[in-house]
Amino acid sequence: MKSNFKVFLKGIIDVSPLMIPVVPFGLIFGVLAIDIGFTPIETMAMSLIIFGGASQIVLLQLFSGGASSLVIISSVGAVNSRHLLYGAVVSEHLSDLKLIWKIIISYFLIDQAFAISNEYLKKNKDNNRYFHLVGGGATCWVIWQSTTFLGIILGAAIPEKLGLSFAVPLTFLALLVNDFRKFINVIVIIISGLVATLGYNYIPFKAYVIVAAFAGLFTAMILTIKNKKV
Amino acid sequence: MSNWALILYCGLITYLTRFSMIALIKKEMFNDRIREILSFVPSAIFPAIIFPAIFINDKGLFEIDDNPKILAAIIAMVIGIFSRSIIATIFSGLASYWFLIFVV
Repeated sequence: MKSNFKVFLKGIIDVSPLMIPVVPFGLIFGVLAIDIGFTPIETMAMSLIIFGGASQIVLLQLFSGGASSLVIISSVGAVNSRHLLYGAVVSEHLSDLKLIWKIIISYFLIDQAFAISNEYLKKNKDNNRYFHLVGGGATCWVIWQSTTFLGIILGAAIPEKLGLSFAVPLTFLALLVNDFRKFINVIVIIISGLVATLGYNYIPFKAYVIVAAFAGLFTAMILTIKNKKV
Repeated sequence: MSNWALILYCGLITYLTRFSMIALIKKEMFNDRIREILSFVPSAIFPAIIFPAIFINDKGLFEIDDNPKILAAIIAMVIGIFSRSIIATIFSGLASYWFLIFVV
């Protein structure tokens, strides 16, 4: 069995490529928050307390659009409901841990860390395999906090024209490269993408993410049953 | 509601979505069928973030003409399928996007 530190380090190394797009994302968040009228301390607190890129951007979008607090909070909840599924997936590997570890790891259960550790957890059966998730999550934490800080300081010096926000969908696209080779996954990807795009303006409280996810999972459920009968 | 209360509530709800399943689900609840379905979670969630970010613009409108993101995403996807590399996918996507908006 590898040492805890080695597994932690492996998490850091595995998640590193995914950190490249997090840099512009964090910068953009810092710049936007100040632009909209949050103080530097509030902006920093958002990254520390919420620690979720998508949630924080949704918060800003709705806040600047004058949405009520109730709408903002429920939208953040809806966008985050995907974490319920991440939690369900990784819980199998964490169920023997002490509560304190579950509390700590939950804070780090973000998209990028989930994506890379999900693969690692499936392949490794060592008792300390969860350190991989902590390593990935902690790396993202450091990058997210420092780029938020830089965004607050640099502010308008960052040109909007670069279209850096496009880096966000690209990250998620990169996470699916292996799934594009599997037929059922491709169908699931298309269904989810279509439901999200068509529902974007019609499903209230930004719940399109979770509605699309369940449409995708439902499709997977049906297709895998059929697969077995053949 | 003050900004601080708003930030705290959003933080709380975000944390709870992460913590609840980890806290509630027991290992015994898993079987091969559930594992199989859950293995599709990335394929089911990530497109819901990718597609709108590419096809829907800042104003919430569907945008398909004159949208360099579509071609850039397709190039990134093709590079990704062949290279199986996360870095190559991200860089080829950004590079082709910049090429399309600055050069073409």
